[in-house]
Amino acid sequence: MFYIIQQTLNALQLGSIYALIALGYTMVYGILTMINFAHGDLFMVGAFLCFVAATFFHMSFIPALLLSILGTALLGVVIEKFAYKPLRQAPRVSAIITALGVGIFLENFTLALNPYPRFIPPLVCNLTWTFGELSFSLLQVMIITLSVILMLLLDFTVRRTMVGMAMRAISWDKSVAPLMGIPVNRIISATFAIGTGLGGAAGMMYGLAYPVIDPYMGIMVGWKAFISAVVGGIGNIRGAMIGGFILGAVEILVAAFFPSTYRDFVAFALLLVLLIFRPHGILGKPHAQKV
Amino acid sequence: MELKKIHSHLAGIAASRRMLPVLLVGGFFLSLALPRLDWVDSYVQLIIMYIGINVILSASLNLVNGYMGEFSVGHAGFMAIGAYTASVLTVSVFPPGAAGLFFPLAVAAGGAAAGAVGLVVAFPSFKTRGDYLAIVTLAFGMIVKSIIENIEWVGGPRGFIGMEKLTTLPWVFVWTVFSLWVIRNLVYSRYGRGILSIREDEIASDLMGVNTREIKVIAFVISSFFAGIAGGLFAHLLQFINPRCFDILKSTDILIMVYLGGIGSIGGSILGAGIYTVLLEVLRPMGIWRMVIMPLMLVLLMIYRPYGIMGLREFRWFVPGVDLEGLHRPDKKGKSKTDALAG
Repeated sequence: MFYIIQQTLNALQLGSIYALIALGYTMVYGILTMINFAHGDLFMVGAFLCFVAATFFHMSFIPALLLSILGTALLGVVIEKFAYKPLRQAPRVSAIITALGVGIFLENFTLALNPYPRFIPPLVCNLTWTFGELSFSLLQVMIITLSVILMLLLDFTVRRTMVGMAMRAISWDKSVAPLMGIPVNRIISATFAIGTGLGGAAGMMYGLAYPVIDPYMGIMVGWKAFISAVVGGIGNIRGAMIGGFILGAVEILVAAFFPSTYRDFVAFALLLVLLIFRPHGILGKPHAQKV
Repeated sequence: MELKKIHSHLAGIAASRRMLPVLLVGGFFLSLALPRLDWVDSYVQLIIMYIGINVILSASLNLVNGYMGEFSVGHAGFMAIGAYTASVLTVSVFPPGAAGLFFPLAVAAGGAAAGAVGLVVAFPSFKTRGDYLAIVTLAFGMIVKSIIENIEWVGGPRGFIGMEKLTTLPWVFVWTVFSLWVIRNLVYSRYGRGILSIREDEIASDLMGVNTREIKVIAFVISSFFAGIAGGLFAHLLQFINPRCFDILKSTDILIMVYLGGIGSIGGSILGAGIYTVLLEVLRPMGIWRMVIMPLMLVLLMIYRPYGIMGLREFRWFVPGVDLEGLHRPDKKGKSKTDALAG
C-alpha cells in the first residue's frame, strides 16, 4: 500500500514536469500548427539559468524560479521573432527544420560555454517526512503543487482572459482573427513567452529533482514531453496535462517492474500504439481534410 | 530561330550525357587507383567515402521527404538496422577468411533487413499524415535504438566491434552510383510521377486513380533499403558501431543534408551531402563552435532559401529528355523530326 502511494507520488512528480513542458509544445502547435522542436532545449536553458542563479548569484528559490521563467520566456520570444516569424508563409517543413536547427544551436552553444555536467545546489531545504515506509520530501511536494498552480493559472488565462480568448481565436482561424482586431503577432509572442516560460519552470524543477544537468538533457525529456502532448491530443491544453501525467505514470510503472533500460522503449511503443488506434490523441478532435 | 537555339542547347546536353558512361568507368577506375597511388592521403580518402555514404543517405531520405513531401525523421533507425545486420553477418555468420568476398552480400542483406522493417513501419504509419508521420518515424528511431541497447549479444549499449575494414573506395563508389541510379529511375518512372503527385496534392492524385497507399509504401521501403545499405557501409568503415551512432542527432544530420542540398532533387542530395560533410571537416579546428555555427547556417538557409540550394530543380543530366538522337535522324521523307516540329 505504502509502496503504491510512494510510486504514485513519484509518478506525479515526473508527470507534472512532463505536463509543464508538453504545454509549451501544445500551445505553440495550437496557434501556429508548428512543432517547436527547440522546446526541449529551452527546458534545458531553464535548468542552466537556475544553476547560474543559484551558484553565481546565490539566489534563493523564488528569485531563481522567476529568473528561469523570465529568461527562457524572453529567449522563446526572441527565437520566435528571428527564426520562426520569417517562415510563417514558408512550407511547414522549413519551420520544423529551423526549429531542429535552433535546438541544436542551443545545445551546442551551452556546451561550448560550459563543457561539463553541472550540479545544482539544493535550493529547497532537505526536509523529508516519513510515515512508516512512505517518505516524501518537501521538494516533491513543492514540485507537484507548483506545477498544478501553474497549470491552473494557464487554464484560467486561456479560458477567462482577453489574451486567452485571442489565442483561441487565432488557433480557430488564423486569417479571420486579425480582421477582428486581434494583434496576431503580439498574441503569438505572448504564447511563446508563456509556453517557454512554463518549460523553463519545468527545467528548474527537473534540475532540483535530478540535480546533475548537462546541455543534452533537454533532448530526451523534450521528446518525452512531446509524446505527452501528442498522447493528450496536440493543440489541446488540458490534453497535454493529462498526457504528461499518463506518461509519468507509465514510466514509473515500467521502471518498477522491468529493467529501467526498457523505459524509453515502452514510452515510445505506447505512443505508436496510441497513434494507430487514436491518431488524434485522447482529447484531440479528428478533423476531416477539406478540399 | 528560337527553336534552333533551344535545339542546339538540348543537343549540347545530349552530348554531355553521352559522357556519362565514360565518367562512370573513369570514376570507378579512379576509385580503384586512389588508394594505391599516393595522390591523396588516407584522411582525404576517408572523407570521400563518408561523402559517398552520406549521398546514399540523403538521396534515399529525399525520396520520402523531398519527392513525396512527407516528413520522416527516423532515417538513422533504418541505418542502424542495416549496420547491425551487415556487421553480424560479416563477423559471426560468414566464414572469417572470406568476409571480403561476402561483403556485398552482407551489405545487401542489411539493406533488405532495413527495407523489411520499413515495410512493417510503413503500413501503420501512413494511416496518419504530416506531423503524425514525423512522430511515428521519430518514435521508431528511438525504439530501434532502445531495442539494440537491450540486446546483449550485439553488445547492448557498449556497441559492436570486430568488423574488418571492408568498405573501400570502389565499393562506396559502386553502391553510391547504384543507389542514385535506382532512385533517379524510380523518380522518373510511372511510380515516381505518382510519388510527386502525392507531394503536390494527395487528395487530387487519389481522385486521378493513383494508388497512393501502395506508392507511399513502395517509396518508404526503397528509402529504408538504401538507408540500410548506407548503414552497412558505415559500419564497415568505422569498424565500430554503438546505438548512439544512430540516434536522433544522426537523423537530424541527414535531414540537414537533404534540406541544405534541396528537396526533390538528386543533384541537391549530392551537393548537400558533399557540402555538409566537407564543411564539418573544414571547420573541425573550431572544435565545438562548429556545431554552433552549423545550425545557425541551417536556420539562415531555411529563412532565405526554404527549399535548399537546388530545391525542386535538377541537374540536367539526371532529367530524362526527348530522345534527341531520334529527333536528329531524318525519316524516309528526308526531313528530320525537328523540322516537323518547327512547322
